[in-house]
Amino acid sequence: MDTLNLNEPASGVATTSRRAFLQGGSLFLGFALLGANSKAVFAATASQVTGEEIKAPFEPNAFIRIDPKGMVTLVMPMVEMGQGVYTAMAMLLAEELEVDLEQVQLQHAPANDALYANPILQNQTTGASTTIRAFWTPLRQAGAVARTLLVAAAAKKWDVDPATCLARKGVVSDASGSLHFGYGELVEAAANLPVPAANSVKLKDPKDFTLIGTRAKRLDTSIKVDGRAAFGIDVKVPGMKIAAIAISPVFGGKPKAVDEAAALGVKGVHQVVKTDEAVAVVADHMGAAKKGLEAAAIQWDDGPNATVSSADIIKQLDEASKQPGAVARKDGDVEKTLAGAAQRIDAIYQLPFLAHATMEPMNCTVHVQKDSCDIWVGTQVPTLAQAAASKLTGLPLDKVKVNNHLLGGGFGRRLEIDGIVHAVKVAMQVDSPVKVIWSREEDIQHDMYRPYYYDRLSAGLDADGKPVAWTHRVSGSSIVARYIPPLFKDGLDFDAVDGAAQPPYALPNIHVDYVRVEPAGVPTAFWRGVGPTHNIFVVESFMDEVAHAAKQDPVAYRKALLGDNPRALGVLTLAAEKAGWGTPMPEGHGRGVSVQFAFGSYVSQVAEVEVAADGSVKVHRIVCAVDCGLQ
Amino acid sequence: MAHSIKINGTAHNVDVDDDTPLLWVLRDVLGMTGTKFGCGAALCGACTVHIDGVATRSCVTTIDSIGDSAVTTIEAIGETPQGNALQKAWLDLEVVQCGYCQSGQVMSAAALLTATPKPTDADIDGAMAGNVCRCGTYQRIRAAIKQAAEA
Repeated sequence: MDTLNLNEPASGVATTSRRAFLQGGSLFLGFALLGANSKAVFAATASQVTGEEIKAPFEPNAFIRIDPKGMVTLVMPMVEMGQGVYTAMAMLLAEELEVDLEQVQLQHAPANDALYANPILQNQTTGASTTIRAFWTPLRQAGAVARTLLVAAAAKKWDVDPATCLARKGVVSDASGSLHFGYGELVEAAANLPVPAANSVKLKDPKDFTLIGTRAKRLDTSIKVDGRAAFGIDVKVPGMKIAAIAISPVFGGKPKAVDEAAALGVKGVHQVVKTDEAVAVVADHMGAAKKGLEAAAIQWDDGPNATVSSADIIKQLDEASKQPGAVARKDGDVEKTLAGAAQRIDAIYQLPFLAHATMEPMNCTVHVQKDSCDIWVGTQVPTLAQAAASKLTGLPLDKVKVNNHLLGGGFGRRLEIDGIVHAVKVAMQVDSPVKVIWSREEDIQHDMYRPYYYDRLSAGLDADGKPVAWTHRVSGSSIVARYIPPLFKDGLDFDAVDGAAQPPYALPNIHVDYVRVEPAGVPTAFWRGVGPTHNIFVVESFMDEVAHAAKQDPVAYRKALLGDNPRALGVLTLAAEKAGWGTPMPEGHGRGVSVQFAFGSYVSQVAEVEVAADGSVKVHRIVCAVDCGLQ
Repeated sequence: MAHSIKINGTAHNVDVDDDTPLLWVLRDVLGMTGTKFGCGAALCGACTVHIDGVATRSCVTTIDSIGDSAVTTIEAIGETPQGNALQKAWLDLEVVQCGYCQSGQVMSAAALLTATPKPTDADIDGAMAGNVCRCGTYQRIRAAIKQAAEA
């Protein structure tokens, strides 16, 4: 914008509407009216997130729509559940498209693997910390393709070489800086040009980035501080009823007896729906639905898992973990070095089942009609949801529409479609749209949990305390075997050992294996940080035990093992320095350290923790050093 | 039965059982979905509204207990000086992640600032302890409350 003469009437802009002026050419008016950093927020500012499927004359690819008024809509292939990707993906697109973040609105993508598959995961799944890694190149290319077309359209109108034109902030200017077109004015012409191949367009040199690498304001904040943000649970569909659901308290059980009359006697209750494994009460509002569900006094047939107990599950894991498993890593000769070690340390770590406990409880709204099925939900897997609903209803895929939403937390819980399946089964028996809401009790009781892991580790130290042998056996349920069967090979679950098989340290003799143990009656699923969330805790805790046995400082001990790993050493050194590692602390305080490599990033953390006389723990400070790199 | 309640300055008539929680009246009957359902047991704070200025968990507040009291929700809290200052601070400091709990956080913080314009850390801990954030935005919430208190 600095190169433009703002007093000069912009060619072609005279006919554009005020809105186009603000949207497409914010450099002319936007900054003058609003100030670059004093965006008016709250009700005065339109939401930048929309569920509406936007159509526009200029749609050069699946990610960008620009209308004649200059409104730029960016379609978000991955979902926003707090991780900030709606802003980050918008930055990737906007960087190359040459628009400001203030100029765009964001649309939830429809379910479509062909258009919106995550290139790493190969379908439209938001998970495994892949969004930016997967879309780093494709979204920049999409932005560059659109910008190339808009510049070409302007150059054609001016009859000049496109290479002499400049696109900035939603406006194309000629070489002299005296002629301008807002993007909106170019959409018709740009739409008629042949679309270049994504890999043929020139991407910006990272040194020219104006958005990527900046601390951009999130685009979803203003609607989340004044109640406007629409999560799946907030959808309002005309004629919609609300249903409370009770699923068998024991997995695999079935409803045996239901007092329908009592439920129907509650004011506002319309219908009682039974499915194989659940009962739902359909009402005007959740208050009535819950009251009706209680009145229904459901009796259950607990089924085959009636007597499963935690003690049985732990015993099963303990036994199974005594046998060798599928080998994930084998370097050197562990048996020999362990036998000859000056000191040997053994440990068992047990990690409990964990529920995801998203703040937004499970919910899904469905309207099943003769020839259509509409679903409103916040899901990490819209195409899996669509396929499941298609199968249940017998409708073809294209008759099942998934309207995605902001997610009130995902953590992997919304990689699962069990809640959507329950809701579709209920909706198939209801004449109107129905929003099925799980109570918090249902949400916790019918989560699909992070597995109970049972880890056995041994380390052998030489006379200097250096770990010359390291063994780690992970035992537990395989999520991969259920969720992505083709990737479960030779008994090895790559996720279950992620963070264990390739610790960042130089360990010349290392043996890591995996034993699959499926606990009866407890469904398991990916849980926030998946494999590494369990393994990093175990590996780093054990590394501390080993350093302690060697009577060495845990940071110095780790550093000595990171000589070949400069990025891991870098984050450790930085975190330790910033945390003041080694400096005096008040009585009762202590510091702990961890290093990890997971999902392409190196992270080191130092926690300063106080243990009070009564044993209670207070975390005072955590210093975190991250090297996520730049591809 | 019929109940008349005053929400954000407007009277609404609703016909629901006396023991219906205010939360569901707001969300399902009146379509005011800014107030969130989190637990239904006053354990998470997502459903916090003000009743005569006092932070109240709407999920356990029955409709027949409200009477003539004034209910304020997240949709209107920005019209108060405290709510407005908090929302601005929330934006400035980028408090939000998934955002689902934040309506309740802002409402609890607004009640705190109304009662205690210059809260100490202990005041903040006391007022905000009942509001759970699964993303873990607590540090920024504390900083934003302090910033709003200075506004």
